[in-house]
Amino acid sequence: MEFGFTTAAYVVAAVLFILSLGGLSGQESAKRAVWYGIVGMAIAVVATLIGPGQGLWLLSLILIAGGGVVGYQLATKVEMTQMPELVAGMHALVGLAAVIIGFNAHIEMTSVLAMDEATRKATVEGFAGLLAKKEPVEFTILQIELVLGIWIGAVTFTGSYVAWGKLSGKVDSAATQLTGGHMLNAAAAGGSLILAIIYFNMGGLLPLVLLTALALFIGWHLIMGIGGADMPVVVSMLNSYSGWAAAAIGFSLGNDLLIVVGALVGSSGAILSYIMCKAMNRSFVSVILGGFGGATGEQMAVEGEQVAIEADGVASALNEADSIVIIPGYGMAVAQAQQGVAELTRKLRAAGKTVRFAIHPVAGRLPGHMNVLLAEAKVPYDIVLEMDEINDDFPDTDVAIVIGSNDIVNPAAQDDPNSPIAGMPVLECWKSKQVFVSKRGQGTGYSGIENPLFFKENTRMFYGDAKASIDKLLPMID
Amino acid sequence: MKIGTPKETFAGERRVAMTPDSATALQKLGHDCVIETGAGLDAGFADADYKAAGVEVVKTAAALWKAADVVAKVRVPDDAEMKRLRDGQTLISFFSPVADEAKMQAASKKGATVIAMEMIPRISRAQKMDALSSMANIAGYRAVIEAGNNFGRFFTGQITAAGKVPPAKVLVVGAGVAGLAAIGTSTSLGAITYAFDVRPEVAEQVESMGAEFVYLDFEEEQQDGSSSGGYASVSSPEFREAQLAKFRELAPEVDIVITTALIPNREAPELWTEDMVASMKPGSVIVDLAAEKGGNCKLTVADEKIVTDNGVTIIGYTDFPSRMATQASSLYATNIRHLMTDLTPEKDGIINHDMEDDVIRGATITHEKAVTFPPPPPKVAAIAAAPKKEPAKELTAAEKRAQEVAEFKAQTKQQVTLLAIGGGLILLAGLYTPASFMQHFIVFVLSVFIGFQVIWNVAHSLHTPLMAVTNAISSIVILGALIQIGSNSGVITFLSIFAVFMAAINIFGGFLVTRRMLAMFQKS
Repeated sequence: MEFGFTTAAYVVAAVLFILSLGGLSGQESAKRAVWYGIVGMAIAVVATLIGPGQGLWLLSLILIAGGGVVGYQLATKVEMTQMPELVAGMHALVGLAAVIIGFNAHIEMTSVLAMDEATRKATVEGFAGLLAKKEPVEFTILQIELVLGIWIGAVTFTGSYVAWGKLSGKVDSAATQLTGGHMLNAAAAGGSLILAIIYFNMGGLLPLVLLTALALFIGWHLIMGIGGADMPVVVSMLNSYSGWAAAAIGFSLGNDLLIVVGALVGSSGAILSYIMCKAMNRSFVSVILGGFGGATGEQMAVEGEQVAIEADGVASALNEADSIVIIPGYGMAVAQAQQGVAELTRKLRAAGKTVRFAIHPVAGRLPGHMNVLLAEAKVPYDIVLEMDEINDDFPDTDVAIVIGSNDIVNPAAQDDPNSPIAGMPVLECWKSKQVFVSKRGQGTGYSGIENPLFFKENTRMFYGDAKASIDKLLPMID
Repeated sequence: MKIGTPKETFAGERRVAMTPDSATALQKLGHDCVIETGAGLDAGFADADYKAAGVEVVKTAAALWKAADVVAKVRVPDDAEMKRLRDGQTLISFFSPVADEAKMQAASKKGATVIAMEMIPRISRAQKMDALSSMANIAGYRAVIEAGNNFGRFFTGQITAAGKVPPAKVLVVGAGVAGLAAIGTSTSLGAITYAFDVRPEVAEQVESMGAEFVYLDFEEEQQDGSSSGGYASVSSPEFREAQLAKFRELAPEVDIVITTALIPNREAPELWTEDMVASMKPGSVIVDLAAEKGGNCKLTVADEKIVTDNGVTIIGYTDFPSRMATQASSLYATNIRHLMTDLTPEKDGIINHDMEDDVIRGATITHEKAVTFPPPPPKVAAIAAAPKKEPAKELTAAEKRAQEVAEFKAQTKQQVTLLAIGGGLILLAGLYTPASFMQHFIVFVLSVFIGFQVIWNVAHSLHTPLMAVTNAISSIVILGALIQIGSNSGVITFLSIFAVFMAAINIFGGFLVTRRMLAMFQKS
């Protein structure tokens, strides 16, 4: 086949990928959008397989089929609450693949460079053929691209691996760092730069391997230093990195489709990270460097007491209420309480009450985490609202139920300029007539600060595991 | 500790400070309960009921006072009871530190601790022990019932075959707890209800109960109840005049007047003057809930019902809660029980009289041989002071326009700067890099640009599917591996096999899981 055909196929695939991402603007069009993505991918793979320079296509097909089986297993077995870990784990695969491809390109390049003029001219097959046509300046650029691709890929690989471990509970989710903290990261980054320069001047495999090792260390150490609740930012950041890695590889291979898709994914992840950071009113740098910025002064003391309530009290309030807003958080995901919450919603709606969900952008451990959980439990998406859509409605709400969220409903963000989370947009649930907080104990949230909401006059604490609490509540609703 | 309740000695008092229910709860706190025989009889609780709840019944008041470490009762103790009060004993009852000052001094000399239910501070966490409110609630309800009993017409308007009945008009003066309870009862009986209060901030509460708030045409800033713990305070003479003028206007129209205006530790203010009574229609009813403190109407006779010359009935009963003794007793007993819960934080039957606690400190008037009245101001304000509202400045059209133009200019400036910098950088790169790189670079920049434009439109709720999709398509790196797999070098082929395999997992896993997620999103 001619080269022209492959390029044409790539153009089609690129357009399909763009449509696929654009289609995610609405729930209905999204269902079509996935198909665009699948078809785009199929076209890209097939065009590459039958394109120039491709050998071993049978082996390739077998490998793809094998990967497909594993992927199918993963995708069908995973629980919706495990979504964050799955996404993080898959990022790790992309990162590792990028590293391998980068190394391959290096090996190929060394072998091409070693050829004499005549053999080079004769080489037209595959990637080597592409390389053989290059000028010396282009080789330098190729090296830069390679280093970038391998470096980003390696950071993505270990970073995602640690994120996966933290999200699945295999690694302690608290922020932990080696002594030296960010100095270590900075040193490793500086070392990578020096190694990269050595590699540009001398070539050779050793600097590249050392550089990869340093990048792997950075990825691991950086993410280890970031706590659980910042995971939405981390996962979207890694998503972005996997895209940039793909783009860098695309440059080194001279493949436009890789560049296009890499750039799309990279910018998508970057935007998600930006949205998440904005929702927490924190700068990207402060999230990545881990921990909350120091408070600038004395925090307001919290006055009053936390008043506990039993299931029957909550039930009678719900039975009397007309409008109810439920605010789920990571605690709901941990307790797997979404089915119970959905059942509660169905019962309340059947009784003619208005029930809505308020979702804070950083609720959970993944952007949009709560939406997926509620969708799994068959809560209709049109009653699941964003923070901006529902915040003004709280004063007209009879009962707000907070299930396993804390910092995102903390009034201190608005009232206390010295609070570490001051200025973070929060759900103003305390403006509703009554607030019930389902919570395991009296502990503080991720940020470690007291939540004055729990001490408000109209707040009642409904202690216990979210799932057990909701199950206790269900039979009492009529 | 042993908690005891004697039979009330005050004439006509039918309430009791302990019920079988509250006794059960007290025992859970580790206390023992004891009661004088017949104490609950008037409130509908027989001795047998108490015995069944595990309460010891003693024959005489003397024996009870001797046995109990804590005496809980309703009315302020009489002289005989004061004699029985002993050192180290705790007395919980209604006890006005101003009116009964002599008794307070006597109790402190004896070394008894007195907790006055009247003095429970009005802060949120003390609401469960606020006996004044729970009794006022009953009084307000009962006032309407008494008024109806003495009023010869329906409350609600009706059109019947036998003719048209106009609805009764009720005016409630003072919208405290009693006032609001009266408003609620009156509106639910169908009367047209008006309500007045010197604190304008209660207008919202009044309207929420279905009554109409009577506003005055009065310029002076009206008082903010928050400074006095939610109670009314004395108003200025000008304000009083405006208020009386309004009442004179209303007097001929209304059928039933319920006055509940009280100022703490003062005579009740006169609000319903004799000339207003004279201008009312015959058959009208006035219920004066302030009768005990002299009455809001000068004609009121405490504890009696009188009928004026022009046929207006004035009810001055002071025992409304006692008239609903069962209900009042169970509420009062619950208030006492909550107080005991705060006094026994460990639930071990040992009283910890914590004078650092706002509520306990506020209500204790004698402790360890000292008079501890008046208490220091509580650390927590009862009601947040109403913020002075600064009306948002209305922008004129010109200002708005200017603002928009400025915003637009700033935006343009920002965009042009970004474009200039970006363009400059690309040009610079173009100068030093070969054309083949620039071709790819253009594709890259454009894709980033498209990516930014497209992703902003993605719905928040679909962020997880977005990540799954981008994850799936980022495994486009499989193309790189596919190109390399056919290399002559065995190492490359070997490594590529891994890359292809992993990327394939990602493609299938990513797309399938996205489809699974999206299929779950359903419209209601």
